[in-house]
Amino acid sequence: MKGVWTITKKELKSFLYSPIAYTLTAFFLLISGFFFYNILAWANDQTMRAMQSGYGMNQININKMLFQPFFNNMTIILMFLLPLLTMRLFADEKKMHTEELLLTSPVKISAIIIGKYLAALIIYTLILLLTATYAIFIFIYGNPELAPLLTAYFGLFLLGAVFIAIGLFASALSENQVVAAVISFSAIILIWVISWVGESGPGAWKGILTYLSFFSHFQNMVGGVIDTQDIIYYLTFIFLGLYLTRSIFEFRKWR
Amino acid sequence: MIQVENLSKKFANVQAVKDISFKVEKGEIWGFLGPNGAGKTTTMRILTGYLPPNQGQAKINGIDVSTNPKSIKRMVGYLPEVVPVYGELTVREYLRFVAELYSIEKKKINFAIDRVVEKTNLQSVYGRLIKNISRGYRQRLGIAQAIIHEPSVLILDEPTNGLDPAQIIEIREMIRSFKENATVILSSHILAEITQVCDGAVIIKEGRLMATLTREEWGKNLEIATMDMAPDANWNDFKNAFPYIKEVKAEGQVLKLEFRETLNNFNPIIQYLIQKDIKIKEIKAGLEALYMKIVLTEEGRVA
Repeated sequence: MKGVWTITKKELKSFLYSPIAYTLTAFFLLISGFFFYNILAWANDQTMRAMQSGYGMNQININKMLFQPFFNNMTIILMFLLPLLTMRLFADEKKMHTEELLLTSPVKISAIIIGKYLAALIIYTLILLLTATYAIFIFIYGNPELAPLLTAYFGLFLLGAVFIAIGLFASALSENQVVAAVISFSAIILIWVISWVGESGPGAWKGILTYLSFFSHFQNMVGGVIDTQDIIYYLTFIFLGLYLTRSIFEFRKWR
Repeated sequence: MIQVENLSKKFANVQAVKDISFKVEKGEIWGFLGPNGAGKTTTMRILTGYLPPNQGQAKINGIDVSTNPKSIKRMVGYLPEVVPVYGELTVREYLRFVAELYSIEKKKINFAIDRVVEKTNLQSVYGRLIKNISRGYRQRLGIAQAIIHEPSVLILDEPTNGLDPAQIIEIREMIRSFKENATVILSSHILAEITQVCDGAVIIKEGRLMATLTREEWGKNLEIATMDMAPDANWNDFKNAFPYIKEVKAEGQVLKLEFRETLNNFNPIIQYLIQKDIKIKEIKAGLEALYMKIVLTEEGRVA
């Protein structure tokens, strides 16, 4: 589509010229590094004990003991950080009145939305790639399995891609960045914990609500399983986020 | 060419524009006049394809805005009320971005940027961040982005708003020069600006069309307020000195003149009055007098 790359380039520039991207990256690495260190220390401790006592040696697995809890923790950090990455995407355009420039240009609304989405996705992917340094250390000093690690990263990428789609939608709702961040953060949390309601509900609901939650789908991927059902779930969410964003623009014209 | 026929636009509970019609011929500059909240910006936004109308039609070069927004957007250059710039970009990066939005060919982009930078005198701030340039440069940048794709219709929402007098004159000169290649509509609060730059004016109030006036019409009127005029003075000599004066009326301290033809130069008349030692307080060209009458009459402030 014409104009997508133009928008993406401009958004990447805006990210990189503002302190937001750097601050987010720094704090993401700081917090995830802290988690990684702690989980690694715990895993070390467990391994030492098993070696001394001789019990449970067959339970020792670096992927399960280190990476699975680490990735689960990362999802929590992403829940907080990605809304901060996406909040300015449309809210700022409205506040600074630059939206009029975009909407009176021949570039289609869908191209503008996709362009902005891609920019946020690229920044997120770069941040995610930086955390691969932790894994590289483990490969130097140990021998974890590569395949489940890649699957987990793919899962994390898809999950973040959904969060960004939700954040983009929230950003189109308000001209206030903080409001946009609060909306996307709340939406992500709600969809995350919806499976809790499912667990105590009646039979049919349990299945539906568990399916709707991010949680169950992510668990499969962290465990090293790629299921097309999970991928379809994520892609549906992304599409829905982008589609709803577009409807907001249609709706606002007639308001 | 711009045609607006019975245009109406309603927001949730506000009738922003109601049944407005006017026409601007190719190569003309028209002014859009009215108090704040009259519906000027809404009408302009409809013309750019930013907002769809509820009723009626807006046509640019004969093409309906709501049925073919994409080709309209290529033909129209738009300067919104608030200049749509990104503070974090440099002037050069911003103009390149706009050029790409309008899908100007890659090899022609540099040429297009050079052209508008020269036209709007942005050379000295070309490499600076937009957040660091002054209000006047910002406004010129706004005009530069509006003309980068060589539009045949230019829509300028308060182009001289917030500028100092020297900058205002500069922008006015610039707008006059656009006449060669484009049809222009501009909104303004400054009546003198419309009188100097425009070929005609559309006056709206509370979303309704109050009047459309052409230069010929307002050029035939002049009001001169004086400090010390004898109301019963005999003006026949004055009238005879200028054969194009049709009527002279003295109301209190105000001298109202009507001409047989459209005048572009009032200097001889003013000089004559100065020689007669009449102390002039204020001169209102025709449009100002007409505007006040039209906009204020309904509220009963002017009899």
